[in-house]
Order: sequence, then structure tokens, then C-alpha cells
Amino acid sequence: MALTGLEIYKQLPKKNCGECGVPTCLAFAMALAAGKAALDTCPYVTDAARENLESASAPPIKAIKFGNGSVMGDETVMYRHDKTFYHETTIIIQVSDALTDDEVSAKLAEINGLEFDRVGLHYSVEGVAVVNESGDAARFAKVAAAVAAGTEKSLLLISNNPEALKAAVAPLAARKPLIGEANADNYEAVVNIGKENSVPVILKADGLDALSDLVEKAVALGYKEFVLDPGTKGTAQQLADLTQLRRLSIKKKFRTFGYPVIVFTNHENPLDEIMEASVYVCKYASAIVLKTSAKAHLLPLMALKQNLYTDPQKPIQVEEKLYAIGEVTEDSPLYITTNFSLTYYSVEGEVESTKIPSYIIPVNTEGTSVLTAYAAGKYEPELIWETMQKLGVPDILKHKNVIIPGYVAVVTAKLKEISGWNVIVGPRESSGIVAFAKTLK
Amino acid sequence: MSVAIVKERFSGKIGEVILGATSEQGGTRTSTVTIGGDAALPFLHFEGKVNRPVIAMEVNDIPPTWNETLTKQYGDVFNSPGAWAKQCVDDFGADLIYLKLTGADPDGENRSPEDCARVVKEVLAAVGVPLIVVGCGDSTKDNEVIAAVAEAATGENLLIGVAEQETYKTYAAAAMVHKHTLIAQSPLDINICKQLNILINEMGLPLNKIVIDPLIAGLGFGIEYAYSIMERARLGALGNDKMLAMPMFCSVGYEANRTKESNSSADENPQWGDLDDRAVLWESLTASGLMQVGASIIMMRNPAAVKVVKKNIDELMSV
Ligand code: SF4
Repeated sequence: MALTGLEIYKQLPKKNCGECGVPTCLAFAMALAAGKAALDTCPYVTDAARENLESASAPPIKAIKFGNGSVMGDETVMYRHDKTFYHETTIIIQVSDALTDDEVSAKLAEINGLEFDRVGLHYSVEGVAVVNESGDAARFAKVAAAVAAGTEKSLLLISNNPEALKAAVAPLAARKPLIGEANADNYEAVVNIGKENSVPVILKADGLDALSDLVEKAVALGYKEFVLDPGTKGTAQQLADLTQLRRLSIKKKFRTFGYPVIVFTNHENPLDEIMEASVYVCKYASAIVLKTSAKAHLLPLMALKQNLYTDPQKPIQVEEKLYAIGEVTEDSPLYITTNFSLTYYSVEGEVESTKIPSYIIPVNTEGTSVLTAYAAGKYEPELIWETMQKLGVPDILKHKNVIIPGYVAVVTAKLKEISGWNVIVGPRESSGIVAFAKTLK
Repeated sequence: MSVAIVKERFSGKIGEVILGATSEQGGTRTSTVTIGGDAALPFLHFEGKVNRPVIAMEVNDIPPTWNETLTKQYGDVFNSPGAWAKQCVDDFGADLIYLKLTGADPDGENRSPEDCARVVKEVLAAVGVPLIVVGCGDSTKDNEVIAAVAEAATGENLLIGVAEQETYKTYAAAAMVHKHTLIAQSPLDINICKQLNILINEMGLPLNKIVIDPLIAGLGFGIEYAYSIMERARLGALGNDKMLAMPMFCSVGYEANRTKESNSSADENPQWGDLDDRAVLWESLTASGLMQVGASIIMMRNPAAVKVVKKNIDELMSV
């Protein structure tokens, strides 16, 4: 959490010597608070002050990186409307080392296939967790190695046996796996494995009190790369715990809980499991470990997390170009919409359903919907006609008919006048397109 | 060490709204449904009272044009709104019936307001749970339809809708005269939402007779806008803004099932996997996201999704 200039000033030497480039310590403190100066430019800051300032200005929830580019934590708000959520919930699928080799490779193949394209976005499941359910250290290391060889995804290695963990992690340290779990009984050994291999460690305890004790003991070992697991439990209590972890770190700046949180689901039935996971996507899990790896189960969950982690200030846009839906010809109808991704894809889906090959132009309205764009003066007939010309539409189509959204029916006359085209008013909502298309011709 | 948990201190709460009326209350329902009354953020029982969200399953007056992934879960009921409603309640556990009078559409069957009122009576006779009744979506026609329905079901305390900025007067009047509750719909805009509630209230309909429809979007198609509007409204209500403190209705089944993800087969989109489970989860997760920001009435279509959502609600309500 950012400190105010005054809070920083209290920690400075108050010599007002000017060596930092500004005349006084107070001015320097202000520059620091505004992010316009670096603490190192003052040669006289004490070590104690440096540590205070650094820890006070550290983010409320530490960013933890592991595996193949996975980042967890570094969140700053309780509600996405306060600013945004930053790092999408990391979705990890678990593979048990109690499975046979064939079962492991089949499961892994299924996990590797969890790549989805929809509405112009690509989703992929980020990680694979190898879980030591066999109780056999050699088996664990073998399966971990096989999984590592079989996927590029981020790895999570789970065993409460430090020996098993140590053997499995060592050859894979370069993959920077997340490891766990360190609990009240084994934390020293497990945290040290993390430290030696420079990989982050999951600290697991049931309930917040036990977890805070464990974190404090683990931190005392001189390591800070942690992810917290508050234990698996009923959904209502898990929601309460996740909310408290986030509140305590963000609102109370309770350092002990200033780490990302990982949750293992409770349910075995995949539909119930995904439903449970959806609660944790909304409310404060930085990573979720799942059992199911069916495409139909993962796609909805991936969509939910992508949606909720979208920056509310930056609507997703599609490229302004002439989109051809189906086997278009020079006689195909032409629809105009906006470049707000959701608007465009709703229209595209419906146009596809008409089974009539058609063209669509998403006019660049800076990612706003039809109504918002029109209200903001970003959907004027001049702009529509300019875009049509720019994209070479008059040369591509033989006809001169353009379909505009029903909400901007008012631009009809003007658009007709400046373009010389016949302007057809389409439905207001994309859901009306199929019925509307039947009336064409 | 014991950790001191953080409890928010809210000065306001969500207003309580009762739907339906028993014979003692002037209706014919065998039970009523109470929504709202929450004094906490969704499902945070440690903070204050949390009321259970309810499921309203959709029934139409004419056979629906739904995907087979939905229709195959129902019996031979689509030609009989009464039987359809009864299956939703008896077999699928619907808390309420959401009756949409699609057949009134002037571009479709153009059924008369009297016909619509007859269907409402039929459904009232078939089930004991409270009803939500909405028109076909054509605002001119719906004015007549709702007036006829409200009168025919006087005293039943239907939840009728949908009243928008342009049309609210007829609806509010019908609700007041015939003792019903009203859905007030605003297009994902917290200011319009408040404004509309104020206008309806000024006409004389008490605040506990209004339910907000924030006009949600489905999963994958803008649910995040609904999520944030609803979360802000809930926080506003808990902060004691009475004009935002009505329970919220979400047309989850409608929005979730008009997406490509709920309709496209695995042959068409192999990358998306099996359609049946995908459609169930598309609707379930639309519901889940919105329940986490305060949805009180979840309108649904997919019986298998209803099962998943009800189980999740049970879990979220058990402490
Ligand atoms: S160099 Fe340090 S001591 Fe000197 S004025 Fe700047 S902040 Fe103050």
C-alpha cells in the first residue's frame, strides 16, 4: 500500500542537505510518495528506515511467480469495481501418483488439450499438480518427472513427506515448480527444500489461527516465497476464510496473510466441483486445484475468471475490419456493429445462426456498445460511411444495402444522404437478427 | 495466535419482500416466498443475516424454441403450461415459477390478453408456489397483457414485470390496484435503477413491493458488468441507500442459454467438449457469479443446472 509523503518523511534523516537533488527531506519524501524518486538517492537513510519503508510500501499481497510464467497474488482491492483484479486465478489440474503410468499419460494428454478459443480470446489451463497419494517417494519422483517431461505447463508438486518432495523437486528445480505442503509438523524441512531450490512453498493449516502461526514460524526461517492454503472445507466456511484472508491483507495490511491463496476443491462430482470453484474464482482464490479435466467443465470456469479479471476501465475490442461470416459473395448482406468485443461477438453468433453468409463491420467506437457509442458521439453516420469506404466495401459488394443497429435508426437519413446507399434498420438486440434476416429480400 | 477477523459494520440492509399470498392473505398460494432481508455481503454469515436465494424456473404459454439439451430433460409438458410448471416444482424443486407470456407477441401467435390471463390462472391452479409473470417483450402489447393478468390474479401477489423507465406507470398502477409486486428493470445502470425505484415509489407503490432487475448478461458475454453493478448496488444498500435496497432478480436461464456455448454441439466445436455438461455449467456459473454479488431470485431453465445451483446454495447457507 502506498505511503503518504508525511509517513515517509518521518523515516528520513531530516538533514535537508539537498544531496538527493531536491532541497529538503520533505520535498524528497513527496517525490518518493509520487513514485518520482528512488530511496537510494539519499545517501543518509538508515538501514532501519530503509527496511521500514520497503516493507510498508510492499504490495499488500505479495506476487508469487512459479513455473511457466504463472503469477499469483499482487492484488490490491476487495472489489473489481474499485480498480481491477490483476492476476487471473491460476487453474491447476491434479494428477495422482497412485495412477498407473498409462493413466497418468492419458490424464496428462487430456490436460494438455485444455486450450480454448472463444470470442477472439484464447484460454489455457496453467498448471498440473502431481500429488503423492501413493505414499511412495520413488513413485512420486518418477511420476513428477514423467509429468514434467510431458507438459510445458507450470508444475505443482504436493507431498507432506519432505524426503519425497526433496527427491522429486531437485531434478525439476529449473522448472520452478510450486511445492507443498508445509504444515505444522514438517514446515522446517519443506521450507528449506523451497529455499535450497529457490521455489515457492505452500503453507497449509486448517483455519486462520493455525495458518497465521504457521506463516510466522515459516517466515522466521528466513524465506518469503509462500502461498497459503487454508485447508479444504465446506464452501460457506471457505468463502468466509478467503474473504478474511483478503480483507486482513488489504484492509488491515496484516503482513502475515500478505500472500496469494491456493484452494483445493472439496467435491468429487465434477459439476459440483466446478460450481464450488466458481465461488473461489469470484471471491479471492489466487489458485485453484481441480480434479476434473474435461473440456466441457473447464471452459465455463475459464470464461468466468477471464471475465471477472477484465479491467473495468479497458473494454476488450475487436479489430476494425470487414469480417466474412460463411461463404460470402458480392451479394451477401452487410451488417454494421461496434468494436466492443461483446457486442461484436453477440452479433457474429447470431449472424452465423441465420445461415446466410454475411459481412460484418465493427466500427471503431473505442470498445463501447451501440447505445453508449451513439450517446458519446462515436457512432455518427460520417464515421460509419468513412469506415465502409476505408475497408473497400463499395468495391467488394455489388449491392448498396447496409444494415445498421436498431438503436441508431436515427442516423438512417443522414447515412443514406452521404453514402447514397440504401440503409436498412436492423433489430435493436442481436437476438433479433435471426428473425430479421428472414425478412431480407 | 488468534486472528481478529474483520467484520464490516453496515448501517443498512436489503429490504424484505414477500411474494405470493396464501388464502388468509387474499390469494390461493399454499406457501409464500420471502426474499431479501440480508444484512451482510452474500453468504458471509459471520457478518449478519443472510437470506437464501430462490430459484424461479421458466414456463411459457407456448412451446419453447429451446435447445434439445434442455428440452430432453422435461416430460411431455410443453403444450400445457400447468403441467410444465408442476414438473418444475415437483420434479426439479423450483421455488417459484417464472411465466413468460411469449404467445402474446404480435409477431408470433399474437394471443389476446384474455388468453394470457387464462394461462396465468391455469398455472396458478396447477402449482402452489408464487408466480412471476412477464409479458412477451413488445411494450405496447404487454401494457394490455399485464393489465389483464394483474386483474385476473387480484390478490395473488404475483411478481409482475417488467417495468422500465418508459413503461413503469402502467405496471406500477396494476401492481397497486391488484396487490402485486413489481420487477423494475434498468439497463445495467445504477443511477437509472435508483431513479426508477424512486419514480415507482412516488406513484405510491411501497419499496417492499419492488424487486430490481439489473438486466444481467450471461457468462462470457458481459457478466462482469452485471457483477460489478450488482456488487455496487449491494454495497450501496448495506450503506443504507434505501432506493437500492431491493432484492435483485436475474434472468440467468435466458441469458445463459442464448449463448453459443450453451447451444453449439461438440461436433461443431470439438474444442469446447460435451454440450450437455457445458450447457449445465454455463447456466450454473452465470448463477454462481451473480449469487456472489447478491442475486436473490435466479431465473433458470436447465433442470440439471437447477440441481447444481440448489446444492451450492445449500452449502453456502450451511454454517
Ligand atoms: S539527501 Fe537525504 S538527508 Fe539530504 S535532503 Fe535529501 S532526503 Fe534529506
